[in-house]
Amino acid sequence: MTAAQWTVEAQGLSKCFGDVVALDCVDLCAAPGSVVAVLGPNGAGKTTLLRILTTLLRPDGGIARVCGLDVTRHRRQVRAQIGVTGQSVALDAALTGRQNLRFIGRLRHLGRNDAYRRVDEMIERLRLSDAADRAVGTYSGGMRRRVDVAAGLLGSPPVVFLDEPTTGLDPISRLDAWDVITELVADGTTVMLTTQYLDEADRHADRIAVIDAGRVVANGTAEELKTAVSANRLDVALADPATIDIALGLVARHSTHAPTVDARSGHLSAITTGGAATVAAVARDLDAAGIAVAELALQRPSLDEVFLALTSTTSDRRR
Amino acid sequence: MNPAGVVHDTAVIAGRHVLHLRQTPSLLALTIAQPALFVVLFTYGFGGAIHPPGVRHYIDYLLPGIIVLAVAFGSSQTGTAFAEDAANGTTDRLRTLPIARAAIFAGRSLADTARNLFVIAFMTALGTALGFRSHRGVIDAIVAVGLVLALGLAFSWLSALIGLSVRSPETAQVATLLLVIPLAFTSSMFVPIATMPTWLRIFARANPVTRTVDAVRALTLPSGPNGAIGPAVAWSLILLAVAVPATIAKDRRPTNG
Repeated sequence: MTAAQWTVEAQGLSKCFGDVVALDCVDLCAAPGSVVAVLGPNGAGKTTLLRILTTLLRPDGGIARVCGLDVTRHRRQVRAQIGVTGQSVALDAALTGRQNLRFIGRLRHLGRNDAYRRVDEMIERLRLSDAADRAVGTYSGGMRRRVDVAAGLLGSPPVVFLDEPTTGLDPISRLDAWDVITELVADGTTVMLTTQYLDEADRHADRIAVIDAGRVVANGTAEELKTAVSANRLDVALADPATIDIALGLVARHSTHAPTVDARSGHLSAITTGGAATVAAVARDLDAAGIAVAELALQRPSLDEVFLALTSTTSDRRR
Repeated sequence: MNPAGVVHDTAVIAGRHVLHLRQTPSLLALTIAQPALFVVLFTYGFGGAIHPPGVRHYIDYLLPGIIVLAVAFGSSQTGTAFAEDAANGTTDRLRTLPIARAAIFAGRSLADTARNLFVIAFMTALGTALGFRSHRGVIDAIVAVGLVLALGLAFSWLSALIGLSVRSPETAQVATLLLVIPLAFTSSMFVPIATMPTWLRIFARANPVTRTVDAVRALTLPSGPNGAIGPAVAWSLILLAVAVPATIAKDRRPTNG
């Protein structure tokens, strides 16, 4: 059932590098033919997640399947199903764009003629015909990235992983890279990509997973995240900071995500989709628990604040 | 993976490295121009001063040394290539393709051997133009070529091990040359080791470069092999027996699997 329902499926994935927890019990799924964006700040664990899903790294715990195949036990079979473009441009600068693509195409076992035909088609679709027979070393950054992304999509693998395909590109090159992805991702191809750009994920992804400090802090459709964006921020200042643990539990019930906590000043911030009724409910709950409140206010958060709220975990603030 | 698949992948990967060399003029220069210059300079510069016993023309003595030097210097390209591929993500991309990991190394070794064969042919042609002659039969000459290829392969694997260890292309090249240069210049490459002080002579006699150069000379000078082939073969096999498993172990480590 899992194979039919999800093309990519991760359950409880964990990975540590020494003392650093890179991934902490990550659950993530991608339905067949969907585009899933993994969003998060630098060092959130996005690349680690992709490296595990693409068989480059073994997780310490949890399981992950691609097309129903376990990524640690059936690596070879998984590799036959995936196309991967990493964070850096993995091309031989001395070779031409066409030679680089033919090299990858032949290693995908397309057969010489089929590989060459697909490469020629792709060069045409990428509008690279003029540059295709020049060394990649002479390309602009945007052109290199387009060829690199194309190399990951060559041979139409059922699942494509792209690690920050647009990071470091100027706005026009970013649009170019997205053109390639949306043009070349045939119907039925499942795409999982990482990005630091909220607007990109919003525009191109069916589902967005926000990850921070190795944990999925939000997961939903673009519409659901937009709701979160239009949600309100509930600020609670406690009279006695010592009551913060009890207050956190009560406030969290009315919040869509884990509230941020400043234990020293006794201040809580929670994202809530509710309005005045929620304020009243929180006030009632806190009162019933005998917690004195110094201030309770409903604020309109900015888009940046939502992202910050989502990606600054409770545990981080308390440490 | 079926053997035909491994052969196919090996050929494709070797093809990429050959293409890379053909399209990188600076690498071609490092491979060809430097040893060519050495042959000309040494022949005319030192040729009159050095008279190894039993050798009529210095170039007959020199050329086997220069060919081994060219092949040994060229081996640094392997480590550089592995370090470059690791640095820019090519290694990771290759790992996500449904190919045998062995093909990555076999393809590189094949390309290195093809390059070395080209170097040997080019240097022999140049040497012949300057008066070099192989004084023994075709079979001896072929064995001599095989010995040079074997040592070249061993140095390439050592360079690969260095490249995977240091993970910076520039460091990989310098580190390989730091290994190769002392071995080259404390060998019988340019002068008979009898002219060296005793402590250096002991080292020079054990040196794998000396052993291979001496074996190649024995197979091309009128004097004959005299048991020189065995030590040369043994050295290449020993170096490969160390470098190949160490490189493969190094290659596996970063993926934890």
